[in-house]
Amino acid sequence: MAKTASAFAVGLLFGLGLLVSGMADPAKVLAFLDVTGRWDPSLALVMVGAVAVSATGYLVARRRGRPVLASRLEIPTRRDLDPRLIAGAAVFGLGWGLAGLCPGPALTLMTVAPTQAVTFVAAMVVGMLMFRLLPSAAPKAAVQGADA
Amino acid sequence: MDGITPVSALAGGAMIGTSAAMFLLLNGRIAGISGILGGLLAPPSRETGWRAAFVAGLVLAPFAYAGLGGSLPPVTVEASFPLLILAGLLVGFGSRLGAGCTSGHGVCGIGRGSRRSLAATGTFMAIAMLTVLVARHLVGA
Repeated sequence: MAKTASAFAVGLLFGLGLLVSGMADPAKVLAFLDVTGRWDPSLALVMVGAVAVSATGYLVARRRGRPVLASRLEIPTRRDLDPRLIAGAAVFGLGWGLAGLCPGPALTLMTVAPTQAVTFVAAMVVGMLMFRLLPSAAPKAAVQGADA
Repeated sequence: MDGITPVSALAGGAMIGTSAAMFLLLNGRIAGISGILGGLLAPPSRETGWRAAFVAGLVLAPFAYAGLGGSLPPVTVEASFPLLILAGLLVGFGSRLGAGCTSGHGVCGIGRGSRRSLAATGTFMAIAMLTVLVARHLVGA
């Protein structure tokens, strides 16, 4: 119960951060990605702020060892750069560049720009389900530790 | 589009980072949205509750934003519906194949110095920039 409540609060804060930062505006995202056009570098600072705080959190969590509400930290342990990681990131980047939407902002926009965001999220879920249909994907998808 | 917004970008980024840090310290988990959502597509388990709660928080964030007195920032979705569907399919499939998205690899992964996440983030940023270059400046529109 406490885990669920904290997940809700964390999701809410994450969504607020997306809205405040401008990450939730696809036009802003595309302007950031448009390096050869009228480039808007603002969103690079979202990354700077987010990585700085998350890195600090990681160091503290590692030092503490045990999380407050769970028995152990579940952090991906793989270190190898396999073709699948790079191919997946490339496919993801193509989709991200086409619409300016990635999973977090798409979910947060479902109540702001419903028709478009719900369309995108529905397609995204179908894409995730298609991945699960890959015979080689199924066992790996079950190992949550492999997820970043 | 409407100019550079360094302060809100940095502040919003810090909020996202705080959220990721809290999730690790409290739940011991990585705040990777595609992984959290993807896990919901598996048969119900003990993890279904917190995953659904996290997604609900993300979806309801605009109400909290308005409730805290903010007027929602402008949001412009330029993509047509066929393009949204194509992009959604690619983002969904790619994020699972690559085991992460902007949050899991870009924020959490780089934050803990993972070379897999660094490689993934470099790849999707480069491909996304290339996609915008082709779509906006080479194909037209």
